[in-house]
Amino acid sequence: MMALSAVALAFGLFWLAWILGELLWEGAAALRPSLFFRMTPAPGSDGGLANAILGSILMAGAGTLIGTPVGILAGTYLAEYGQRGWLTPATRFINDVLLSAPSIVIGLFVYSVYVARVKHFSGWSGAFALAIIVVPVVVRTTDDMLKLVPNSLREAAVALGCPTWKMITMVSYRAAKAGIVTGILLAVARIAGETAPLLFTALNNQFWSADLNRPMANLPVVIFQFAMSPYDDWHRLAWGGAALITLFVLALNIAARSFFRRK
Amino acid sequence: MSAVLDNTGLATAEPSAVVAFTPRPPVLRNNALMDALFRHLTRFFAFAVFSLLAAILVSLVVGSLPSLRKFGLGFLTSASWDPVRQDFGALVPIYGTLLTSGIALAIAIPVSFGISVFLTELSPVWLRRPLGTAIEMLAAIPSIIYGMWGLFVFAPVFQEHVQPSLVHVLGSVPGLGILVSGPAMGIGMLSAGIILAIMVIPFITAVMRDVFELVPAMLKESAYGLGSTTWEVVWRVVLPYTKVGVIGGIMLGLGRALGETMAVTFVIGNAHDFSLSLFMPGNSIASALANEFTEAVGDVYTSALIELGLILFLITTIVLACSKLLLLRLSRGEGTRA
Repeated sequence: MMALSAVALAFGLFWLAWILGELLWEGAAALRPSLFFRMTPAPGSDGGLANAILGSILMAGAGTLIGTPVGILAGTYLAEYGQRGWLTPATRFINDVLLSAPSIVIGLFVYSVYVARVKHFSGWSGAFALAIIVVPVVVRTTDDMLKLVPNSLREAAVALGCPTWKMITMVSYRAAKAGIVTGILLAVARIAGETAPLLFTALNNQFWSADLNRPMANLPVVIFQFAMSPYDDWHRLAWGGAALITLFVLALNIAARSFFRRK
Repeated sequence: MSAVLDNTGLATAEPSAVVAFTPRPPVLRNNALMDALFRHLTRFFAFAVFSLLAAILVSLVVGSLPSLRKFGLGFLTSASWDPVRQDFGALVPIYGTLLTSGIALAIAIPVSFGISVFLTELSPVWLRRPLGTAIEMLAAIPSIIYGMWGLFVFAPVFQEHVQPSLVHVLGSVPGLGILVSGPAMGIGMLSAGIILAIMVIPFITAVMRDVFELVPAMLKESAYGLGSTTWEVVWRVVLPYTKVGVIGGIMLGLGRALGETMAVTFVIGNAHDFSLSLFMPGNSIASALANEFTEAVGDVYTSALIELGLILFLITTIVLACSKLLLLRLSRGEGTRA
């Protein structure tokens, strides 16, 4: 039995090594400086992924800026004010369901609520979809981290005459700062690679555009389009983009874990 | 103020002069206001998260009304998908979703069990964290990477080396031969199922590891003291104690596999055809949505796709809710098990 479970572990690690190895092998050829400075090309000509990288950065940034305050405040309610009542257990339950919900359904939701109303695709709708994915992650980690703060710290603050809101912001948040930041980093790592919610909210854009109110190029959808095509130079760019996203996501994950462990 | 009777029956005058109203200083008034404001602000956002699930459900139902009105319940059993004649049916996508998730779980459950047993019982302590982190990196890799790798790397290898052997082994078996019929192209239901299995392994492993570590050491040590082997301890002590949590973890993996879009879209072949063979291309709900939504023309087409999304959302929500209930039951039951 020991041998079988070691075989299972080797099986899992084998796929990880194969995927990462292939990614670095194929993507290394495309990871040149021109990847960052040239636009997405038409098939048959050379180019880069500059507009896609910019679009991804803008939408992930906007999504994180929208989703993080919502997530932190909701998580604060669950941890600090949620000892009694029905809202806290129900919200924790629903939050965990949303955490694993299919991201394409979230794209459908933003489409029905926003894109179908304003009748055009835009970077903002992509950012909203990413924000909806960020919120459950941040709520969960904020809730867990604030619950870890010992009650004696809170009681000491209140005993000195601190009002509740000051106690939360100055004592609880400070104590749980590392954990909350880790949660935000993990949420960013998650939305960096999300394709499905952007497929019909932000659509795609061949040209350089920093206008969030227009369809916006983004790395995952560009990779999807290029990889499914029959052109070799587009395939090369797709591998380069895939290697870029994976390195970024893995670096963020490792940074988040080591940051949390050190503090 | 009226005189107040204390419990000795004697009337005592209330010291009204002392409790005369004193105006509260501004800082205390501000704090009370800020307290109420902060509490209501956080409560508002918590309520927003709470109502998000219902909002998604309502918007999906409203979006699929034209299709619901036109096809009714027959949508679930019809295998046709004809955009020209506006006749749609969900049978092929639902079948594809369930089949690929089933294949994924069939592969992922034993592998995850093996990895969790290794990490909790058999591995040296210093090796646990790096190995655990390595397995969790599988979960961090974005799904589109799995799709690309599956299409460009896995499918050719699968087609050249694995599929011929499968046909050789199973092709002549009477009942199972139909599972490997059809052209071996490297893509199809089986490939999609295998790639989904790799994606789902880290989630099931994480839950299994957590619940295996909940088993009290005393129970395991008693079993070892009675002379059990490691396997007997795992199979007869750890697993029965944690079976509720293990099932919860498996359902969590199922919920993830059902909703997976990009990895499946690359390798499932995107054909709206029903076929019993595992090698034939098919469609899952998520891949149908990913491929066709931006090109859907007309109300009925779009609404049929939104209805597919509604079906997917309902299935995954029920599966994930059951998983969460099972895991809650385990964490509440620890320490009170008979």
